[in-house]
Amino acid sequence: MMTQLIYDGTLWGLLTVIFEAYERRLEQVRILKTGTAHPDIFGTSLLIISDPVKAARVWKGLKEKLSASALHQFYSCYLSELPQIEDTLLAFTRHVFASKQNSEKDFGHEATLTLSKVGRMVHREKHRMEAFVRFQRWADDVYFAIVAPDYNVLPLIVPHFKNRYGDQRWIIYDQRRKYGIHYDPETGKVSEIELELTENPLTPSAEVLHAEEKNYQMLWQDYFSHVNIAARKNKKLHLRHVPMRYWKHLTEKQPG
Amino acid sequence: MENWDRIREKLQILADAAKYDVSCSSSGSKRANTEKGLGNTTGMGICHSYTEDGRCVSLLKILLTNYCIYDCAYCVSRKSNDIKRAGFTVEEVVALTINFYRRNYIEGLFLSSGIFKNADYTMERLVRVAKKLRTEHRFNGYIHLKTIPGASDELMNEAALYADRLSVNIELPTETSLKQLAPEKNYHDIMKPMAYLQQGITARVEEKQGVYKAPAFAPAGQSTQIVIGATPETDQHIMTLADTLYKNFKLKRVYYSGYVPITSSDHRLPVIGTPVPQIRENRLYQADWLTRFYSFSVEELVDQHHPQLDLDIDPKLSWALRNPHCFPIDINKADYHLILRIPGIGVGSALKIREARKFRKLSWEHLKKIGVAFNRAKYFITCDSATHFHRDMNPDALRHQLLAQSKYAKGLSSQMSLFQ
Ligand code: SF4
Repeated sequence: MMTQLIYDGTLWGLLTVIFEAYERRLEQVRILKTGTAHPDIFGTSLLIISDPVKAARVWKGLKEKLSASALHQFYSCYLSELPQIEDTLLAFTRHVFASKQNSEKDFGHEATLTLSKVGRMVHREKHRMEAFVRFQRWADDVYFAIVAPDYNVLPLIVPHFKNRYGDQRWIIYDQRRKYGIHYDPETGKVSEIELELTENPLTPSAEVLHAEEKNYQMLWQDYFSHVNIAARKNKKLHLRHVPMRYWKHLTEKQPG
Repeated sequence: MENWDRIREKLQILADAAKYDVSCSSSGSKRANTEKGLGNTTGMGICHSYTEDGRCVSLLKILLTNYCIYDCAYCVSRKSNDIKRAGFTVEEVVALTINFYRRNYIEGLFLSSGIFKNADYTMERLVRVAKKLRTEHRFNGYIHLKTIPGASDELMNEAALYADRLSVNIELPTETSLKQLAPEKNYHDIMKPMAYLQQGITARVEEKQGVYKAPAFAPAGQSTQIVIGATPETDQHIMTLADTLYKNFKLKRVYYSGYVPITSSDHRLPVIGTPVPQIRENRLYQADWLTRFYSFSVEELVDQHHPQLDLDIDPKLSWALRNPHCFPIDINKADYHLILRIPGIGVGSALKIREARKFRKLSWEHLKKIGVAFNRAKYFITCDSATHFHRDMNPDALRHQLLAQSKYAKGLSSQMSLFQ
């Protein structure tokens, strides 16, 4: 019989669910976030409360069986927020614990193969964000960027931006998930922030911006249009590299 | 900067002049951010944007100036060409680089220049930009300098201390062509700095193994560019030259640049309107890739009887069709390097196959899910399934069949999305 397990959407919550699936010997489960679950007349629904001790046990178990990169892939797949990714993560975990040898590269196993593909997609989105973030310098010397990634990749891009822009204050804000990351060069720390945005952050008023900001944006737009070679135009290829949904946050794609 | 309009104008002119140089790569170097410095170089290289023709925009690629005392026929900046000229000051280039970098527009700077006064005078300016960025601004982003043919060893040495990559373009596939189109240039002046730098780079690598920390010396190595389609050389010429450069000078990359016609009044060159040989350029990149990462030799891909790469199909498939005796390959048993040689299987799938077959014998179903380009690969392999697609198929018939699979026939892929 199918059991629905409802959790709070956090990684700890998901690991707790996996723990409970074992503990209660549930064979057929569907894992859902609170708010997305529908009452299922044919099965039972259980609300699972996040439990750090249980979660840590599952994590520790995975850590013993998997390489660091497979563990990281598990985390990336969780961040994909794709529908039913939780079920795949559970199936993967079951296969890991059931195998004597390390099974993370058993690509003939369905869930294992799926996670390797999803992991790659999330990784690609992370890489895109590292490329497509465009900071605007504000008058108070904060470098501010807005993004709307397909997957929840802000946690994954922190190390990159911290290493690269260690001497400037910056904020990267995820417009879709309504939170951001803020780096403070004095402490060298990154923290999560929620912002009340009073005006459209994509087109801030003149006082908000640093005096030179508009000039540099213009120079960048000039540069972008002048490196183009008209004789080689290839729109299809262009769109594959820079899909339209990213354009609204790219300085070079704004009307000059 | 005060006069923004003037800066804009200069940037437009000097970006325009630099854009035909294709090497966008910012990879191959690792420079950690020093304490309180700006930036790092991660080894991977990031394309921050793409031009409308699908080329990677990774570096701020400009000329310091487009004034030039030379008259190379294939170059927009040549002395005899009637165009607007401009020149940046060292400070202006530095400010642009830093400000673009801080906004995450770029990975760094690619600076080249027309030759004004003489080689050393020009090279000295280029080096000054790199030095200022590294020392005054503690800039750890990527710096690629074009070295000027004929510049002194001392300047070359200094350039290598500040830059990640240095390149000098070989321009044309034979010296005869070079003489014809760029009378002031010769292979000797181009190769001399390459050889000098290669010695320096090799020495530094050896030193690094012994001593704790030797200063970086062009850590991302050297690259060069060959213009394709301006002169009559075959792909065999071009690939043999590239191979020599990889082997003798340990170049990191050779870039192939399809000639974009810029004049109709010079009978030595294709006239304006002649299409840019983009497919040929792409095939050369694919073949180059096969020799560097798939352990193919140049002779396997082009020879006397096939001096040109096939434009309709990629060089790997072309090789497979010329060598039917190498197939079918057993997916479950064959050596990894043989698996890489199967059309329709790229490095990613080959690695997965190598791992997955340790757990179970792989069937067509497994291969499809792993991401093998099944419609192509199936003719060249056997696996753990009863169905067979490999027969003693006549290579010509197979070629037609594969070409008829329509999307493959028209696919003009980019230099990066290589084949599978
Ligand atoms: S020396 Fe360089 S810039 Fe000058 S004409 Fe020749 S290719 Fe162009």
